[in-house]
Amino acid sequence: MALDQSFVGRSYPPTDPYEVGREKIREFAVAVGDANPVYTDPEAAKGYGYPDVIAPPTFVFAITFAAAGQVVEDPQLGLDYSRVVHGDQKFAYARPVRAGDRLSVTSTIEAVKSLAGNDIIDIRGEVHDETGEHVVTAWTKLVSRAPEEA
Amino acid sequence: MAAQIQYADVEVGTELPAASFSVTRATLVRYAGASGDFNPIHWNEKFAKEVGLPDVIAHGMFTMAEAIRVVTDWVGDPGAVVEYGVRFTKPVVVPNDERGGLIEVTAKVAAKLEDNRVRVDLTAMSAGQKVLGMSRAVVALA
Repeated sequence: MALDQSFVGRSYPPTDPYEVGREKIREFAVAVGDANPVYTDPEAAKGYGYPDVIAPPTFVFAITFAAAGQVVEDPQLGLDYSRVVHGDQKFAYARPVRAGDRLSVTSTIEAVKSLAGNDIIDIRGEVHDETGEHVVTAWTKLVSRAPEEA
Repeated sequence: MAAQIQYADVEVGTELPAASFSVTRATLVRYAGASGDFNPIHWNEKFAKEVGLPDVIAHGMFTMAEAIRVVTDWVGDPGAVVEYGVRFTKPVVVPNDERGGLIEVTAKVAAKLEDNRVRVDLTAMSAGQKVLGMSRAVVALA
């Protein structure tokens, strides 16, 4: 069933802050096998001009995707999450995410389309730190695939 | 920002050092924990096949994280990446053996932009198929 076009432009309340921890960044860097010391060594990070270790570019997805759950699970929207695949992902960074950040995300539905029975939804997540500074914008395209013919 | 590559030293067509990244079932379990994405298609072969996949597949976000390493390893400071986007075109299939799957990434400078920025276009292949489409990053160089 086609999704309701009237959801385009809808924004959801900012999420409670997610506190970025050094050890969580380390865990992520190890998981992707990336030994860049700027992710684990505060002194190396300072050498690049950062106050603490920074996170790999895609780290923030875990935070923005959790926030997008407000949209995905909105019962009024009615997305069939069991059929959802991740279509596109894009980030635009004002600065890197770093340890000690307390980040909140404001999710907005940018587009809703139906194409060949697939429901496609574009969600923009604006990520701000505790001082209100913009850190990164994440665009996530989700595709809810059409059920197979019975 | 402290990029180690000079804007003046690159041209359109400059190739970045290519890299390959292996991904085994153990890699996926570790990434699931680190990212909080526990979708069973990334660790449960029976489930993956039931939903029509050839086998367990890597998280798209894992593939995206590996691909950008060609850029961050080149430029030194990962904070020099100011934009990064991909389309997930094909899954990276991860067989249940020691070798697992392989993600092969190449990249080149596609455009020189203002403010010492360049656009880098990435190609990520696995098992002979392009797994990321429209894969682009904008990087601020020194």
